[in-house]
Amino acid sequence: MIMSPVPSIQARLRLAYDQFALDVDLNLPASGVTVLFGHSGSGKTTLLRCIAGLERPTQGFLKIGATLWQDSEHDFFLPTHRRNLAYVFQEANLFPHLSVRGNLDYAVRRLRTKDRLFSLEQAIELLAIGPLLARLPARLSGGERQRVAIARALAASPDVLLMDEPLAALDEQRKQDILPYLTGLHQNLQIPILYVTHSLQEVNQLADHLLVLAAGKVVACGPLAETLTRLDGPMALDRQAASVWQGKLVSHEAEYHLSHAEFAGGSLSLPYLDMPVGSPVRIRIYARDVSITLQPPEASSILNILPASVLALSAMGQGQTVVQLAVGEEVLLAHITQKSAMLLNVRPGMAVYVQIKGTSIVR
Amino acid sequence: MLNAADLDTLFLTFRVASLATLLLLLLGTPLAWKLARSRSRWKGVINSVVALPLVLPPTVLGFYLLVLMGPAGLVGKFTQWLGIGTLPFSFGGLVVASVLYSLPFVVQPLQNAFVAMGDAPLEAAATLGAGPLDRFFSVALPLAKPGFLTAGVLGFTHTVGEFGVVLMVGGNIPDKTRVVSVQIYNHVEALEYGQAHWLAGGLLIFSFLVLLLLYSSQQTQTLTQSLK
Repeated sequence: MIMSPVPSIQARLRLAYDQFALDVDLNLPASGVTVLFGHSGSGKTTLLRCIAGLERPTQGFLKIGATLWQDSEHDFFLPTHRRNLAYVFQEANLFPHLSVRGNLDYAVRRLRTKDRLFSLEQAIELLAIGPLLARLPARLSGGERQRVAIARALAASPDVLLMDEPLAALDEQRKQDILPYLTGLHQNLQIPILYVTHSLQEVNQLADHLLVLAAGKVVACGPLAETLTRLDGPMALDRQAASVWQGKLVSHEAEYHLSHAEFAGGSLSLPYLDMPVGSPVRIRIYARDVSITLQPPEASSILNILPASVLALSAMGQGQTVVQLAVGEEVLLAHITQKSAMLLNVRPGMAVYVQIKGTSIVR
Repeated sequence: MLNAADLDTLFLTFRVASLATLLLLLLGTPLAWKLARSRSRWKGVINSVVALPLVLPPTVLGFYLLVLMGPAGLVGKFTQWLGIGTLPFSFGGLVVASVLYSLPFVVQPLQNAFVAMGDAPLEAAATLGAGPLDRFFSVALPLAKPGFLTAGVLGFTHTVGEFGVVLMVGGNIPDKTRVVSVQIYNHVEALEYGQAHWLAGGLLIFSFLVLLLLYSSQQTQTLTQSLK
């Protein structure tokens, strides 16, 4: 499964426990956020721990860029502390006996590279933890702790940043506090980020690439938009299935509380966005919010109606059909009833119109 | 009042207990660390051996030590070969016996402290570039500090209080192996109850104060932890 012409993370790992076996063969891209998605027990954390060297796969070949981290055929295993990585744990895992500053210094004193990614000051500024430096971890809130953990990881100047459900232990409000820092990270960071989550929302918000795991095996892997909408993948058949479009804000229509954005699939009216024109936007369109008509509706309360052509369709059980559509250069998913599909005689190649009932801005 | 001989026994006891505690911490720390981290099937055996002095009558332990360290014993032959003679009825023998006798009182608190901290902080340290030794000194030791306090105090006080083992391997030689607990016994044998009271009462107060110190420091520990 090749995702980019110059793969930077090559991982062939095999590990078996009593009830579980991990068996993956991956080429992951050199930059951006690759989200490792799956239900609990799918092996996503185990995979991340294998990459970190915290677990030792029985068979493994792991290469990050030009650096070999494991080659079990030649009995080579680089221990965790010699791998230039950083790991953000689910529970921030700060050293309780050191202040915030002490925790950051711990990383800086053990730098494994001469190429600093960030100065300590930049990391502190990026995560806005300046006022916390003198405190002990016990005196921080959950969200603050996680921000310090991320700053500590950045201060280590890793070649790859591993994040294991960094938001899972936080309540909804704290999650929303941290997410902007994560998306900011994404724009400021040249190194690849491997991000484990079981939250679809985090997938939509953060991922550039998506790797879906089930029972220790890769079931889908590729660029986000493509992987979400592949009918042979697990994402399109999910009730929460959605397409993610990346575009640019082009105008505001303040009197109707609307903003307009341009996508490769066409232009859409969105709920008003308090951002300057030209800002990048990322939206999520749930498949269940998309309906199909054969004629352009003459009068409809729905604002977003775009011409499309059917690429493929597949029955998803319980009277539902998932339709994959080409809208301009974007791909869009629609969940319609099997009966509608039959009545409209939806088939590949057909020209239709899609009505998009709702969109949400994820970023 | 305490006489000169009593003071000598107090001083000797203090020397034995200090040296034994120092050795116990030096030997007990790596042992406790190994036991806390290991998943070997030998762990149960080692744990049982370390814990034996908790349940064994001190005279039994003393008897075997006497035999082992005596001129015909394995250890005795070895020490004679080294040219340092045999250990029983000497200060060195007393220290060796004390170390074995008090081993569980030092190893168990340390082992518990190492287990309680879990893998998480050590894994975090490893991902930040800390090697095994670095992890031990920069993370494990500071986090196990309360365990070290407990281990040190228990090791010291328990060594001060030993009697059976001392009598078996140390005898009752003034200035060499006569420690406080034996001196109290001597006083009672000689019906010098007044002298016995001074020493016994002194030990009682000493033990109480040490425990008070330990528990009040751990109280503050749990107090700070409950703030988290």
